[in-house]
Amino acid sequence: MNVPLLDVQRLSVDFNTRKGVIRAIDSVSLSVAKGETLGIVGESGSGKSVTSYAVMKILDRAGKITSGKIIYGGMALQKIPESDMRDIRGREISMIFQNPRAALNPIRKIGQQVADVLIQHNQATRAEARGKAIEMLQAVKIADAEKRFDAYPFELSGGMCQRVVIAIALACKPQLLIADEPTTGLDVTTQKAVMDLIVELTARFNMSTILITHDLGLAAAYCDRLMVMEKGRVVEQNPSTVLFQSPQKEYTRQLLQATPRRDSNVRDLLPKELLDKTDPLPESSPPGPPLLTVSHLKKSFGKPGSENHHLAVRDLSFSIRQGESLGLVGESGCGKSTTSAMVMRLLDTTEGQIEFLGEDIARIPASQFSSHPLRGKLQMVFQDPTDSLNPRWSAERSIEDPLIHLAKDLGKAERKARVLELASLVGLPHNLLGRYPHQLSGGQKARVGIARAVALNPQLLILDEPTAALDVSVQAVVLNLLEDLKHQLGMSYLFISHDLNVVRLLCDRIIVMQKGQIVEEGNARLIMDQPKTDYTQSLLAAIPHPPTGEISTA
Amino acid sequence: MASSLATPEASTAAPAREGYWQHLRYIMAENPLTGISFAMFIGLIIMALFGPYLVPFDPVATGAGPALMPPSPAHWFGTDHLGRDVFSRVVVATRLDLMISVSAVALSFVFGSVIGSLSGYFGGWTDRIAGRLMDTIMAFPLFVLAMGIVAAAGNSVENIVYATAIINLPFYARMARAEVSIRRNAGFVQAARLSGNSELRVLFGHIFPNTLPPIMVQISLNMGWAILNAAGLSFIGLGVQPPTPEWGIMVAEGANFIISGEWWLVVFPGMALMLAVFTFNLIGDGLRDLVDPQRRT
Amino acid sequence: MALGVKSRRVLARLLQAVPTIFGILVVCFLLTRALPGDPAAYFAGDMADEASIEQVRKNLGLDQPMPMQFVTYVGDLLQGDLGVAISTGQTVAQELAKRLPASLELTLAALLLSLVIAIPLGVLAATRPNSWVDHLCRFLVTAGVSLPTFFTGLALLYVFYYLLGWAPPPMGRLDMMFLAPETVTGFYTIDSLIAGDWALFKASLAQMALPVITLALFTLAPIARMTRAAMLQTLASDYVRTARAAGLSSRRVLIDYAFRNALLPVVTTLGMVFSFVLGANVLVEKVFAWPGIGSFAVEALVVSDYAAVQGFVLSMALLFVSLNLLIDLIYTLIDPRVSEEE
Repeated sequence: MNVPLLDVQRLSVDFNTRKGVIRAIDSVSLSVAKGETLGIVGESGSGKSVTSYAVMKILDRAGKITSGKIIYGGMALQKIPESDMRDIRGREISMIFQNPRAALNPIRKIGQQVADVLIQHNQATRAEARGKAIEMLQAVKIADAEKRFDAYPFELSGGMCQRVVIAIALACKPQLLIADEPTTGLDVTTQKAVMDLIVELTARFNMSTILITHDLGLAAAYCDRLMVMEKGRVVEQNPSTVLFQSPQKEYTRQLLQATPRRDSNVRDLLPKELLDKTDPLPESSPPGPPLLTVSHLKKSFGKPGSENHHLAVRDLSFSIRQGESLGLVGESGCGKSTTSAMVMRLLDTTEGQIEFLGEDIARIPASQFSSHPLRGKLQMVFQDPTDSLNPRWSAERSIEDPLIHLAKDLGKAERKARVLELASLVGLPHNLLGRYPHQLSGGQKARVGIARAVALNPQLLILDEPTAALDVSVQAVVLNLLEDLKHQLGMSYLFISHDLNVVRLLCDRIIVMQKGQIVEEGNARLIMDQPKTDYTQSLLAAIPHPPTGEISTA
Repeated sequence: MASSLATPEASTAAPAREGYWQHLRYIMAENPLTGISFAMFIGLIIMALFGPYLVPFDPVATGAGPALMPPSPAHWFGTDHLGRDVFSRVVVATRLDLMISVSAVALSFVFGSVIGSLSGYFGGWTDRIAGRLMDTIMAFPLFVLAMGIVAAAGNSVENIVYATAIINLPFYARMARAEVSIRRNAGFVQAARLSGNSELRVLFGHIFPNTLPPIMVQISLNMGWAILNAAGLSFIGLGVQPPTPEWGIMVAEGANFIISGEWWLVVFPGMALMLAVFTFNLIGDGLRDLVDPQRRT
Repeated sequence: MALGVKSRRVLARLLQAVPTIFGILVVCFLLTRALPGDPAAYFAGDMADEASIEQVRKNLGLDQPMPMQFVTYVGDLLQGDLGVAISTGQTVAQELAKRLPASLELTLAALLLSLVIAIPLGVLAATRPNSWVDHLCRFLVTAGVSLPTFFTGLALLYVFYYLLGWAPPPMGRLDMMFLAPETVTGFYTIDSLIAGDWALFKASLAQMALPVITLALFTLAPIARMTRAAMLQTLASDYVRTARAAGLSSRRVLIDYAFRNALLPVVTTLGMVFSFVLGANVLVEKVFAWPGIGSFAVEALVVSDYAAVQGFVLSMALLFVSLNLLIDLIYTLIDPRVSEEE
């Protein structure tokens, strides 16, 4: 334990950009002992990925190590020439990346890609490479590895691709594995399988691991020690248990607090100084009469009978009462987005009724619903705040758009006044209204999107993963805003998400969907504590949780 | 508002609004060629607008000087086989050459981008028919198709414009289609539908303006090609007829004299042609930097 | 099994050419009917009176409804009947067949030359951004697309024929002193080698040099540009990063990971390049008095010989379609992702 495997001392990296030189990481020091798992945690732009690229010396051309040492097994990596470094990569230190499908050469057989590494590092001759590559594919639990050797990446699922990437990384039994957001974008159950595989293999080969992630829960579940980064600097470094129980720095505490836990309510996520200024959660009033009733909803794609015909949604029925929040949870491809698009009247149904405020809106074609009187009562907040704003329009113009088309009785001055009112409502400073989307932060863009959605006083708001693209600290604020708006404006929510922990914060009732059908439905608390079906159980078991309990104030 | 959630997260202050001109100046400094090309572009415009009033000789008058005189102080670019002043002819030709290409490109831009937008947005049969139509045009070597069209429709300047517009149509249609269809289901487009915009308004009010920057780049690059194409057609005797001054036809007339060494008949109109095309290509590259810094090639 | 899938894809791709060819036939047919004035009056000649024009109309089937005329048109084409060329009195089909090898030899040689130069240039430029190779590549690319081929050809002639005297006069495929080699492929360079006539080979090569360089300068630009762009993109891709992180040698990363992927868009661009080169070919043939189908068409244009021009347009289109088909087949074979239903 006394001589670390990797010892990084006061490492700084600069990037040459169009706006001049930017310091991406500043004087970062870290060490990893043999067999240890270090987690590097931080929000976007914290420099966690740059740190690992610098260790591997695979920064792109714009990036330069300006100072510091990278000592690996006694070697000073920052000094050695590229040809020696190449021998170290893959053989001593390996790396796996997020977005596994893009990380594999699309036109090379996956087995061949594993064999390439084996041959490169003299772990196999050309003749035996195939056999050894197949062994490696078996080690990462790819079924039928012999046959899959000849498969191309596009023929495999995302989870499978990540297994191949792991096989490439571990083929030469390196000492250190750097995993950069290895499960981001994968479903929770796949995430768990991939993470368990990494843990199993690194333990078997007695390797050290650096896990880079934005997800504190994931880091807590798999790491011995954690390092928190913010804006290119190390905030805090401590064993996981210590860090979670008594964080030393304010930033760490806020980050911990903002991460939803099984027992937290939405106000718990806010940092203290914000919480002090915020009203307590309003009493939730008992739900009113049904607002939306969906019955026997079906959607199929492709021509019936053809090969690509499939049922995305098969026989779905549920209802939402006035003032109620319903969560719709499921993994990718379960049909939740299709369902929301149909309810929102952006997509035509194949069969079934959607009764909203007493009218069956499923009969009105999606292309004509835009001029329907109910359009304004049924609105949506989108997943990606950047993508959901017209890049050529100012924030003000975006918020004004629904008022122009659907509140025709408003005059120009009244519209402007209403936009200002809405901006205040969602907490968007008025001086930002003239800005374009690329001049706003993620949280600000989310506020613009919400202001636009509530502009016409809708009765039902669909929230389609509204915080999936946001950092946890921003997510905390946006979730609270949504909760407050619901009470203020008397709206009902249909909250769509893959993340049970987040859904639970806002929703009274939850529907779990799988393969276009409801597998479980009921009270949020009850489903979380006593899931009835195997699927819900596996979904819950797969979610990595940060340790529960009070965070002590340092 | 009692709730302090109405105050934004303080930490993430967005950058102040970056001036468009500042960005433009940055591009110019980064790539001085773009600055030069804008200057050349202005020069071309001046020549096209005022050329006929600036030149020293009547471009079609024979015997402005002795025939086949090399460049001299009196005749900067020399004289041709009929004693016409080459300089005057080169300058005056600018207007016709630019007129042909500007009108051809304008036609193909308008029709091509409307067809492409509709087929990218609505898909289905609209897309299939438009796609088949464009594929058929693209199934010909484009210059050859233009030759065929002009030969069949009649040898006139208008037909050169139509032929050039037709062969450029698929570029705009395909580009508009691609740019529209990647945005068809973008969040802001869905949001526009929710805001009560009709389908056509979603397409032409929201999606289409966002496709304009890449199409502008295409227009600029395409202008150069349209000029080359029109000059090529007149080089082989289509469209513009002598004695009208036009770069392509001037090169064709001078071609007979190149093997006997009278280079100025070919070189000056050829250089003018080249510089004009070069200008539009450089502007196109510069615009590409302005529009999409990541896709620099 | 794998072969079965591939040959099915090849077959599917071949079938896709059918509607394209149909489209070409329709356009060519419409072009023949778009003649200025009355086609019957045109074909009857200047001296014809009403009755003989009517007779010609009947003979040509111009009194039939359009769809019938189209069927007749396609029927004639299938028998190889493209009409008679006014200028030479021979059938258009014969004229085209006789001149096609000259055009093909020129075009293919130019394509080969530009591929051999442009691809390595693009790769080098992408691997060494902002080096002199990169700047050279960017300059060639922008200059190359700005040069009118007919002007480049004439400029080269002036320098290498008039000033330096290195090139032979621009008088077709062979100097008068030589006799054409016995026809095997129709390509003089290859046929002379087959005949073992070294002097003849050198003479035909000398005649070809300037036109080929002229054409190649023009086609170089789009290929080099695409190669450079595609290489830059693949070099920045996630899979190249994975390969580098796995310590693969730079040779392997460059060739098996970056270049092979970059080749796909380059191959696609070749379709466009063919279109350019076949068009530019016409201009180059005129400049160098090259006896190919392009100069045949230009001569026909001068004397308003419509049958000859239309035969030329049709044969060029068919040539282009076959070249594109070839490209697509290559693409189908090198990209495993091309799915069967596409």
